[in-house]
Amino acid sequence: MSTIKIAARNITRNVRRSVMTISAIAIGAMATLVFGAFVSEIFVQIETQNVVRSGHLAIYREGYFKYGSGNPAAYGIPHYETVLQLVKDDPVLKPLINVVTPTVNLFGIAGNFESDASKTFMGLGVIPKDYNRMHEWDEHQIRAQLREVDAPLNELDETHGFVGVGLGRILRLCGALKIADCPNTALPQDDANGAGPSAPATRDFAGLKDSGEGSTQQSGKSHGPRLDLLAATSAGAPNVVNFYVDAAVAQGVKELDDAFVVMNFHLAQQLLYGRGEKKAVGIVLQLHRTEDIDAAKRRIEGLIQSKGLDLEVRELKELQPFYRQVIGMMSAIFSFISLVMVVIVLFTVVNTMSMSVMERTPEIGTLRAIGVRKLGITRQFVAEGLLLGLIGATIGLLLGFVLNYLINHSGLTWQPPGSASPVPLLVRENGIAPLAGIIWISLAIVAVIAAWLPARRGARLTIVDALGHV
Amino acid sequence: MAIAIPIQSSTSGAEAAVRFHGVSKTYRLGDVPVEALKSVSFGIPPQRFSMILGPSGSGKSTLLNLIGCLDRPTAGVIEIGGEKIGAKSDDELSEFRARKIGFIFQNFNLIPVLSAYENVEYPLVLLGVRPIERKRRTLEILKSVGLVEHRNHRPNQLSGGQKQRVAIARALVKGPTLVLADEPTANLDSQTGAAIIDLMRQVQHEHGATFVFSTHDPQLISHAEEVFSIRDGELLEHRTAHS
Repeated sequence: MSTIKIAARNITRNVRRSVMTISAIAIGAMATLVFGAFVSEIFVQIETQNVVRSGHLAIYREGYFKYGSGNPAAYGIPHYETVLQLVKDDPVLKPLINVVTPTVNLFGIAGNFESDASKTFMGLGVIPKDYNRMHEWDEHQIRAQLREVDAPLNELDETHGFVGVGLGRILRLCGALKIADCPNTALPQDDANGAGPSAPATRDFAGLKDSGEGSTQQSGKSHGPRLDLLAATSAGAPNVVNFYVDAAVAQGVKELDDAFVVMNFHLAQQLLYGRGEKKAVGIVLQLHRTEDIDAAKRRIEGLIQSKGLDLEVRELKELQPFYRQVIGMMSAIFSFISLVMVVIVLFTVVNTMSMSVMERTPEIGTLRAIGVRKLGITRQFVAEGLLLGLIGATIGLLLGFVLNYLINHSGLTWQPPGSASPVPLLVRENGIAPLAGIIWISLAIVAVIAAWLPARRGARLTIVDALGHV
Repeated sequence: MAIAIPIQSSTSGAEAAVRFHGVSKTYRLGDVPVEALKSVSFGIPPQRFSMILGPSGSGKSTLLNLIGCLDRPTAGVIEIGGEKIGAKSDDELSEFRARKIGFIFQNFNLIPVLSAYENVEYPLVLLGVRPIERKRRTLEILKSVGLVEHRNHRPNQLSGGQKQRVAIARALVKGPTLVLADEPTANLDSQTGAAIIDLMRQVQHEHGATFVFSTHDPQLISHAEEVFSIRDGELLEHRTAHS
């Protein structure tokens, strides 16, 4: 005749009250699990979106991260191949790294002179093979669910790349790039000012293009629409390259979508450094697992220090402030909701157990009279609270798993803040067992604490008063 | 025939199952102190059927609570089975009650979620008796109170008399030296009450325990071997009936 067995019988004494209590706990557990699974899905989606684009770590020249974005050419890493090799050959980093690749970040103006449209752009120069490999990263097995994925980058032709959907729209590439919800409209008369597509007023802008670089002279081949990209070289001279747009790819965040250009690393180098020394602005590392960030970062910092290099390492949360902000915001909301659930469960169980103690006061007196210690009384009521908590939490979690499945198969969509288009409303089903375990244990602990308070009061009653209680 | 004897010479300390030395108990009702017992000294002889008699408010319940170690005196010394209980901690008193004292309550006070068998077994669980031994002793005592057939019934499936039989079995199963019964026949009809009294006499003889009753029931009083009369918190007389 164990304490738990007696507790199980006691919670059936007032079935309606026990059912209400268990229901409150179950709803709390279910809501916490579903919202936790939703937050978890957002985390892994954002993590995946950012890791495939930016990697986990980036090595820059000292000061670039704070001051260099306005003049990336001035903060290039000379002899970046040596640094690249140092990282690649390190025995500690080798098993952690999926891709290590140089990048060039730059800013400039993209012009489509056929349509007489131009727009400032934010360019990323990448090695296509590495870039495409980075986009296969899928630690959390969610790539199939993501709509906002980048297209593969042309590995054969250096002049090819892609732009954000917003930029494609602004540069009037709707028809050529098959951009949805974007009619191939002509420019307003006031803006065209008599210089429409048939007679572009700024033809001479294209004439700035560095005609000495043969690799950019691809106009005779079958290509997508051509843009002219203008940027200032490290020496301050204007430089232009031809750029052929293979596709427009949504970038999620509108500001990025309206300005993003992904191009070949060598084309970006040519645009940024002209005929000068070709450098890399950053060296990006993508790891196999996100949890290795700290270990890899420490190791790289150690290498930099030991070699006396003028470099710094930045990690994902620094590279992508939006990622950090979303994680922080969603974590705060989840914590708040969890706290509300805990308080609801706490008060529900306290109320139930207080009623139970009050109703069973003569029974407490009897048990004390026949030799049960105060601790034994407390233990009995705590066991009842624990049982209520565990039953409620188990039912709630099971309902939560069912609800998660239903949500994922409902076909619902939503548009997250900053997103350019609606995305499927998904909650995480795989990998939430630890969350479910935490909820289960937490609710059990909350129920124990909630039961302990009235149980302690019951145990402290004087026996004579308890026996005489009506 | 009952013979009145002087209280102080009733039972020597060595013989007494219970001995009170100048025991007082004062309660507070709001700001007003109420003296329920006034420096009472007496001894209850062992293995006897003892009754505490007195009108309502005389202090007999207080006396019974103190004998049962359910309450502590304001002053004085209480010895039970030769052990002074005043210095014991709450846990030690619980242990003492669990081993030495059986209780039979007016309202039976059975645990409603336990069957008759489990109610009787419960004190043995508290004492850590092994399951096989528990089963043997529980069935034996249930048999002696005539409830083996009803052992799986819950209290709400038993009559008043059956409940009190379970309560008696629960009080006696651990082999206590002292059994306290507070108005044990008050909630029973006279026929059932008589049967319960006979049962208690029988098990008292079988187990050799000291029975102490608080009662108004003349039927029960007629079986008394020792009678302690109390009024206004003072022990008026102690009579011994020689059978």
